[in-house]
Amino acid sequence: MNDLLAFSAYFGVAISLVSYTAGCFIKEKTGSAVFNPLIISVIITITFLSVFDISYETYYSGARLLGFWLTPATVCLAVPLYEKLSILKKNFKAVSVGIVSGVLTSMLTIFLMAVIFRFDHAEYVTFLPKSVTTAIGVGVSAELGGYEDITTASIIITGVLGNLFAPLICRLARITEPIAKGVAIGSSSHAMGTARAMEMGETEGAMSGLSIAVAGLLTVVGATVFSKLI
Amino acid sequence: MKYVKQITLILLVSFIGEFIHSVIPLPVPASIYGLVIMLAALMSGIIKVSSVKETAAFLIDIMPVMFIPAAAGLMTSWPIIKQRLFVYIFLTVVSFAVVMTVSGRVTQRVIRMEKKK
Repeated sequence: MNDLLAFSAYFGVAISLVSYTAGCFIKEKTGSAVFNPLIISVIITITFLSVFDISYETYYSGARLLGFWLTPATVCLAVPLYEKLSILKKNFKAVSVGIVSGVLTSMLTIFLMAVIFRFDHAEYVTFLPKSVTTAIGVGVSAELGGYEDITTASIIITGVLGNLFAPLICRLARITEPIAKGVAIGSSSHAMGTARAMEMGETEGAMSGLSIAVAGLLTVVGATVFSKLI
Repeated sequence: MKYVKQITLILLVSFIGEFIHSVIPLPVPASIYGLVIMLAALMSGIIKVSSVKETAAFLIDIMPVMFIPAAAGLMTSWPIIKQRLFVYIFLTVVSFAVVMTVSGRVTQRVIRMEKKK
């Protein structure tokens, strides 16, 4: 099977896209954040490769073409950020202080747990950027020498948690201001949390969307500094 | 022609980001330099939103697909993860809950302080 597929430039791309489409279909039918299309597609892809005894290298030789588009797509995140800058200006102090506190808290909790569980440097930097959007988090993890695949998994799980539990945590922590809810959700659980924030209200959604990009950029700086600690 | 222009601008900014990444010895991904340059270009009016809008929306929409190849790499690193699975999950859950609580409470505190003034 490996020999046959080693010639194919499209196999890796095709299996990725087909499994993702299947994931979107399941998500639509169930309507639950647990059935995240990306999680489903990764499970289907890995299962398919294992069952047919295809190596990851064979798959990746074609599938890496998908990764090629990640840099241009991340550059494009500037567009929604630009469109939301006016909301940042209006509530500059509260929002910027809130996001900075979120980024610092994320770094500190990861640092503390890395010390408690005796992580080595690679494990530690794998989790440092786990609270931010995948495009930025994975890039930071790779730059610092972390395991990109584990960072991706941790980021996706964080997003699913945000989507499922954002309203519950806001209630337990008695966060009632719509702006504060948006900042909390966007800083802690990026795009998947933001999808839930949009359902909670327009202000929550806009604030959450803004926080994704700002928290992501601050994390690039924060993670670089914190990475020196372990 | 519209899409050719849009993709050209986006790839050009990506290339500049890559170039800066290779010149500056910091662990900042090329894509982040690109993001900041694109933001600066939009704010200063060098690039208009309408010159990149549709292609940007398309690339952002299909972005999850671009993570599948990296995430499927879990099949090769599974032996490392297996030993630490519970620690990793515990860390992910705890850090998520703490970050959401702290950033929300701090934002709310500042909003209320400003209202009192």
